Amino acid sequence: MQQEIHHHTFDNGLTLVAEHMPHVRSAAFNFLVPAGCAFDPPDHLGLAEVLTTMLTRGAGSRDSRQLSTALDNLGLDRDESVGVTHIRLWGATLARNLPSALEIYADILRQPHLPPEELEAAQALALQELHGLEDEPKQKALVALRRQHFPDPLGRDRRGTVEGIESLTPDIIRQHYQRCFQPHGTILSVAGSITWKPLLDLVGRLFGDWQGEPPPPWRIGPQPPNRLHIEKDTHQTQIALAYPAVPVTHPQYYDALGMVNVLSGGMSARLFTEVREKHGLCYAIWATYQTFKDRAAVIAYAGTTNDRAQQTLDRTLAELRRLADGIEEDEVARVQAGLKSTLIMSEESTSARAGSIASDWYYLGRVRSLDEIQKAIEALTPGSILDYVRTHPLRDFTLVTLGPKPLKA
Amino acid sequence: MQFHHTSLSNGLQIIGETNPLARSVAVGFFVKTGSRDESPELAGVTHFLEHMIFKGTAKRDAFAVNRDFDAIGSHPNAYTSEENTVFHATCLPEYLPRAIEILTDILRPSLRPEDFETEKQVILEEIGMYYDQPSYTAYETAKAAFFRGHPLAGSVLGTPESIKALTRDQMADYFRRRYVANNITAVVAGNFDWDGLVHEVSRYCQSWPRGEAPREVRPCPGNPGVQVLPRDSVVQEHSFLISAGPAAEDDLRYAAEVLATVVGDDTGSRFYWALVDPGKVDVADMDYHGYEGTGAFYTYLSGDADEFADSLRTARRVLDQVQAEGITEEELTTAKSKISSRIVRGSEKPMGRMQALGYDWTYLKTYRTVDEELAAIDRVTLSEVRRLLDQYPLGRVTTVALGPLTRLDS
Repeated sequence: MQQEIHHHTFDNGLTLVAEHMPHVRSAAFNFLVPAGCAFDPPDHLGLAEVLTTMLTRGAGSRDSRQLSTALDNLGLDRDESVGVTHIRLWGATLARNLPSALEIYADILRQPHLPPEELEAAQALALQELHGLEDEPKQKALVALRRQHFPDPLGRDRRGTVEGIESLTPDIIRQHYQRCFQPHGTILSVAGSITWKPLLDLVGRLFGDWQGEPPPPWRIGPQPPNRLHIEKDTHQTQIALAYPAVPVTHPQYYDALGMVNVLSGGMSARLFTEVREKHGLCYAIWATYQTFKDRAAVIAYAGTTNDRAQQTLDRTLAELRRLADGIEEDEVARVQAGLKSTLIMSEESTSARAGSIASDWYYLGRVRSLDEIQKAIEALTPGSILDYVRTHPLRDFTLVTLGPKPLKA
Repeated sequence: MQFHHTSLSNGLQIIGETNPLARSVAVGFFVKTGSRDESPELAGVTHFLEHMIFKGTAKRDAFAVNRDFDAIGSHPNAYTSEENTVFHATCLPEYLPRAIEILTDILRPSLRPEDFETEKQVILEEIGMYYDQPSYTAYETAKAAFFRGHPLAGSVLGTPESIKALTRDQMADYFRRRYVANNITAVVAGNFDWDGLVHEVSRYCQSWPRGEAPREVRPCPGNPGVQVLPRDSVVQEHSFLISAGPAAEDDLRYAAEVLATVVGDDTGSRFYWALVDPGKVDVADMDYHGYEGTGAFYTYLSGDADEFADSLRTARRVLDQVQAEGITEEELTTAKSKISSRIVRGSEKPMGRMQALGYDWTYLKTYRTVDEELAAIDRVTLSEVRRLLDQYPLGRVTTVALGPLTRLDS
């Protein structure tokens, strides 16, 4: 697969990484600013979330409405979101509008107005999002699972706490912006119908003279308790569990990925087959993989009627344990076919590629070519995955349930 | 890109747009049947049948269906709406013949009684999952109220009672009536060979029977009114407002898309500035949905219950103002930029293109290139939006609010 990927790290520490995609008319971009909720001071949880809402309320020469209208007129679909490690600003539009969009984003990142009179509205939105979680049992269970499984600040949820959000003042917002929004470690990724040299020049002009020091790194807290039941009068019980896996930086990463896909990669994967297809115990069941630089986890989820919840949990755990008994040749072949086609199809999506090259740069400090990934997928065998499973068995898992009654595990 | 279409002697239609530069190919079988085609005792059968289609045929059990799809790395899925059931898959070009073979095979399902009983449990789980989501209940209640007396009033999922009562024979009969060849269109977009495709589809589908699959089509002016559903266990207030809109096949649908974008897009819309920007609610959006013979505008609001009555009044004021004064030239231009950009980006993936082709063919009985789609949006004028508003007043609205509130003072 022929790919044209470029990268450049400016003197101030900002990296531009780009992929030229022939045959598309659009372009997508991501700014990853190392300012996620892990950087929120413990008594101001929710700060990154509120700051992110404030970022687009006026920047540079434009007030809030002018900024919004300018972006809308570029046909830009956009989203600003807070993760644990980064604040992500995503946008996608016709490639010819990309330079104008980046000009405006330079203002958003470097000269946001953060208008004090709009703080109250931003807080009200953040509080409503936090409350809204109570009406989404699945999300609530998964948020709680991450909090119980990963030590603080890695287990945090962007939504923060009521006290944290209410404690914010315009000064706290501005200080946090000044502390966290700076070029060092910030990644801008662009994928689509772009030409490298003019893009590099443009980004150099917009961000080359941006200065600042990175915020001090976070401290990892103690391991939280690994069992939690949230009592709620619901039709279904939510079951969420997690156990450690190797991170994306580890040599056995692809084996871990292979394992998760044996569990939950396609329709014939084990969890779907054994728990849903054979026994009709649930509608939704899946496992996924979540990584940080230094640690990762397999996360599994099922939602099921209360009186069958114990049975669902037992069967799910049995499937996780059964992995160590053996993995079939044709299971791995199906996992490989699925991963390979997802990989090739990602070349049809500017957003998918902009996302991949940015996260590769963050985790690995380089961009993997599709050929490299494909070779690694092709190298998977039942033996290599089994080796991984046996050296990383399901031992200490975290379990969060939400529903009328706790479950036994 | 080139468009092709043909029909088999039994009336099954095949359409396709070839794009030799695409990396993949998307295929969908559009069966023109949905919840609106169900009699009350069959509520939910279309969606349940969609699940049963994946449970196997004379030559494959459910596990073989899943294994065979996975073996070619395809991403199969299906959805059921009020008026369509669509089975689709994307795969690499070399696997298209195998994807066609599997899809056409499963579209003649065995509907084995033991699979029927197991899958019934899965459907009940799916309903249980939605019942735990307040926004879903608010939506279903509002839709049922708005379309009261119209076939679109029914729920796609059905109810636990209707699903429990459903028999395998009722489903088999529904299948025989609705999955006739002349009620199905095969739609393909991406990198594939047209002649080869036609050959494969005819080989597997030419023996499918033809039959009558009628549908009752009539407009629905809606039933204005307010319903409050108090729920102690729900934290936020969730509200739907529904008013009538043009049908999917009506030329006014482009103006309807523009109007919904101006009023309720998630950035820079009237609702955004009136409700989200000041932090009154955290969600306020409007969508236009065109159905065969009728259409509707759906507004969804969710936010803190304390201020909600006021937020709802604000939303009504926004609607009233747009109704009275229309939208501005600037808003029209901005909405066109947004919609056009989404059309272009959506069409870059074969899956997106396949859906657009299937939609145009099902509702408009025509093919449109991406550029024709863009041109249609570009042609919308302020006077057309005015005509739309006159014909489908936004104030004639059905409102449902679900959450802590016991009443709405208005």
